[in-house]
Amino acid sequence: MSETVNKIVNMEGICKTFLSVQALDQVDFSLLKGEIHALVGENGAGKSTLIKILTGVEQPDAGTIMINGQKEVIRSPQHAQALGISTVYQEVNLCPHLSVAENILIGREPHKFGFLDRKAMNARAKEIMRGLGVDMDVTQPLGICSVAVQQMAAIARALEIANAKVLVLDEPTSSLDANETAELFTVMRRLKAEGVSIIFITHFLNQIYEVADRITVLRNGKLVGTYDIKSLSRLELITKMIGRSLLEYDEMVNIKKESRKFIKSEPWLKAEQLSRAGSVEPFDLDLREGEVVGLAGLLGSGRTEIAQLLFGIDNPTSGTLRIDDVKVEDFAPLKSIGRGVALCPEDRKEAGIIGDLTVRENIILAMQAGLGWFKFLKKQEQYEIADKYIKLLNIATPSADQQVKNLSGGNQQKVILARWLATNPRLLILDEPTRGIDVGAKAEIQKLVLSLAEEGKSCVFISSELEEVLRTSHRVAVMRERKMVAEFTDESGDQIMQAIAGS
Amino acid sequence: MKHQISRFLIKNGGVLLPFAVFLMIYFIGGKLYPAMQKPQVFFNLFINDSSLLLVAIGMTLVILTGGIDLSVGGVIALVTTASAAMLRDGASAYIVMPLMIVIGVSLGALMGWIIQDLKVQPFIATLMGLFFARGMAYIISLTSVPIKNEVYKTIALTPIYIPFFPNTYIYIPTLVGPIMLLVAIYISYFTRFGRTIYAIGSNEQSAMLMGLPVRRTKILVYAFSGFCSALAGIVFSLSLLAGYGQFATGMELDAIAAVVIGGTALTGGIGNVIGTLFGVLIHGTIVSVLQFNGTLSSWWTRIGVGILTLLAIGVQSAFYVRKKRS
Repeated sequence: MSETVNKIVNMEGICKTFLSVQALDQVDFSLLKGEIHALVGENGAGKSTLIKILTGVEQPDAGTIMINGQKEVIRSPQHAQALGISTVYQEVNLCPHLSVAENILIGREPHKFGFLDRKAMNARAKEIMRGLGVDMDVTQPLGICSVAVQQMAAIARALEIANAKVLVLDEPTSSLDANETAELFTVMRRLKAEGVSIIFITHFLNQIYEVADRITVLRNGKLVGTYDIKSLSRLELITKMIGRSLLEYDEMVNIKKESRKFIKSEPWLKAEQLSRAGSVEPFDLDLREGEVVGLAGLLGSGRTEIAQLLFGIDNPTSGTLRIDDVKVEDFAPLKSIGRGVALCPEDRKEAGIIGDLTVRENIILAMQAGLGWFKFLKKQEQYEIADKYIKLLNIATPSADQQVKNLSGGNQQKVILARWLATNPRLLILDEPTRGIDVGAKAEIQKLVLSLAEEGKSCVFISSELEEVLRTSHRVAVMRERKMVAEFTDESGDQIMQAIAGS
Repeated sequence: MKHQISRFLIKNGGVLLPFAVFLMIYFIGGKLYPAMQKPQVFFNLFINDSSLLLVAIGMTLVILTGGIDLSVGGVIALVTTASAAMLRDGASAYIVMPLMIVIGVSLGALMGWIIQDLKVQPFIATLMGLFFARGMAYIISLTSVPIKNEVYKTIALTPIYIPFFPNTYIYIPTLVGPIMLLVAIYISYFTRFGRTIYAIGSNEQSAMLMGLPVRRTKILVYAFSGFCSALAGIVFSLSLLAGYGQFATGMELDAIAAVVIGGTALTGGIGNVIGTLFGVLIHGTIVSVLQFNGTLSSWWTRIGVGILTLLAIGVQSAFYVRKKRS
C-alpha cells in the first residue's frame, strides 16, 4: 500500500506507434518520491518517446499515467509543468539572447506597478543559482555562458517555474567535463534529499552507478525491467541493454588476432616529419594495407588535426607525405578522395550527414564527387549501391529513400561510413565514429572496421575511449599536446594511459 | 571600469550605432546646409516620417519574433481610402477612426493566425495581406478621394508649439508616433508579452518547451503590427487629407530597412524599438539633406538607405554570428 503512495509517477501499459514503427510497447514505469531513477537503453529503445509522453510532448496510443495517485492525461509541456514535471533536454533549450535571470524566470517574472521588476528578478535568479552552487552575474546573456552554466540555468528554471517534483534530465552530462559533471551530481543529490524525484537518462554507465538508486532498462520499445542499482552488476546491465552477452566483446579479441594475419609487410602510406605549425608537431606515421592504427589521446591533443592533414583539409607546413612512394604535393580533400583516402569527420551532424537528403543520396555523395558532376550515376546504379551498403552495414532504415535525419545516431554514422566505403578507399580515417551511439552499434562498427581491414583496407581509428581504440587497433599511436609521443604495437592499457597522461 | 565600458557597449551597441550614424548624418547635413540647423527641421523629421515610425514600431516587434510583416503599406492604403470614402459619405470621424483600428487589428490577427495555425511562412501570409489590403483600397476607389471632414481638418492642421523653441511646431498626429514608441518600449521591456516576443525570436522551440504562450504571442504581435499600421494609415490620411490606393507604396520595405538599420536582427531575438526610432530618423535625415540640396534625385534616399541597411547587416553578422560560434 505504501508503495502506491510513494509513487509520484506511475505509467502503465504505455504504447506509442510512429508511422508504423512501434516505439513503445506496453511499457510500465514508476518513479518513487525522492529517488534518482536512471532510464537506459540503446538508441531507439524508446527512452525519449517515454519521456516525451510523460512531459506531454507526445500523446500515448494506449496506457494510463498516474501522477501522485491521480489519473492524468498530460496534454502539453505546460500541462506537465503544472503537474510538477519538468524536463531539461540534452541540447539546452533556452533562449540564448535573453539574460540568465530571464531564462530562469520568464513566465513567472516579478512585477511591480505593471512593470517587470528587473531588480527583484535578478536578485531572485542569483539566489536560485547560488542554491545550485553557481555564483554568477545573472544579467549576462545566456548565450555567452558555458554549457555547464546553461545547463544549471535550465535546471534552475525547471525547479523554479514548475516547482518541479519530477525532474527529467535527458543526457545532461554529454557536454560537461568531469568537474562540471561532479557538480551536477552534487546538485542532483541535494535535490533528491529535498524530495525531488529525478529521471536521469545517460549513455555513461559509470555515472549511473555513481548517482542512481534504481534503473529501468528499455530495449526495442519494450520494458526489460526495473532494478535496484545495488542488485545489478554492470555486466548484467549491459547484457540487459543490448540483449546479448558481452561475449561479443571477447569475440573482438579473436577477430583482431585473426585480422593481424592480413596485414601486409610494406607500408604504402608514409608520413615523414609531417607537421602543421600551430596545429600539430612533426610526426611519422606508416600505414600498411590491412592495418588499423589507433590514435589515442585527450580531446585537443592533435588527433583530429592529424586526420585533417592526412585527408588534405589542412596543408602541412613541413615534412612529406608519400603514397606508394610518390610525394603528395596537392593537398585537397577532392584530390585525397582520388588517392583513395576517406575521412569520416568527428561531428557527424555538422560536418557529415545531410539530414534532409535520403539515405541513398547521402551514400552516393562522396562517390559522385569523386567521379565529377558530369559523370552522373544512373538512379538504378545509385539504388544498387545504396542497397548494397544498407545490407552490408546493417543500416536500420525502411528504405534507401528515407531521410537520414529520421535515423538513429548509430545508423547515421553507418550511412557516413557507407558513403566513404562506396568510394572504395584504401585508407579510411574515422574520427570518433562511435560518439553518441549506443553500445550495440558501437560493437558493430568496431567489428566492421576490422573486417574492412581484412579486405586489405587501412584504417586510422580515432576515439576518446581508450578501450575502444585498444579493441580495434593493431597499433596505437599516442598523442599528447599536439605531439605524437609514443607508439605501441602490443596493447597494454596502462602503458598507453601513462603515455597519454605524460607521466 | 574598462570591463564595464565594454559590457555597456556590447549590451547597447545595437542602439548606440544607429544613434551615432544619425548624429553623424545630421551633423554633416547641418554643415553642408546651415538651414538644416534650425530646430524645426529636426521636428519635421517626426512630422514627415510619423507614419513610417508607426509601422516600423509594429514591424520591430514582428521581426523580433523572427517574422516579417509586408502588409503594412497596403493597410495604410486601405485605411486612407476606406476612411476617406466613409467620410465623403457622411460618416462621423469618431466612428471612422475606431473602425479603421478594428480593421487593422483584425487583419493583423488574421495573418497571425494563418502564420501560426496554418503554418504559412510569414513572408507569404503577409504578402497576401498586402495584396488584399491594397486591392481592397482600389476596389473602394480607383482615384484619390479628398477628405473634407471638419474634425479631420482640425486635427490635421492645428499646430502644437514646442516649448523653449520659438516658432517651432508639430501637429497633433505627429504625437502618435512618439506615444506609440513609449508604449512599445513598455511592452517590449516591461511586460511578459514583450519578453516572450524576445524568447520566441531567440529560439521558438525553446520558448515552447519553456511553457511560454508562443501561439498567443505570435498572433498578438501581428495584431499589434496591424494596429500600428492602422494608426499609421489614420495619420497618413490626416497629413495628406486624402485617401488613395497608391499611398505608402513600398513603405513596408522602408520600415524593414529602418528596423534593420536600428540594430534589430532579421533572425529575431536581438534588437529594440529605440534603435528603430533612429533607423527612421536616419531615413528622414537623408530625405531632408536631399531636399536641402534640391538638385539630386530623391531616389538617392533609397540608395543611401540601401547602403546603410547593408552596413547594418554586415555589422550584425560580424558581431552576432561570431558570438554564436564562441
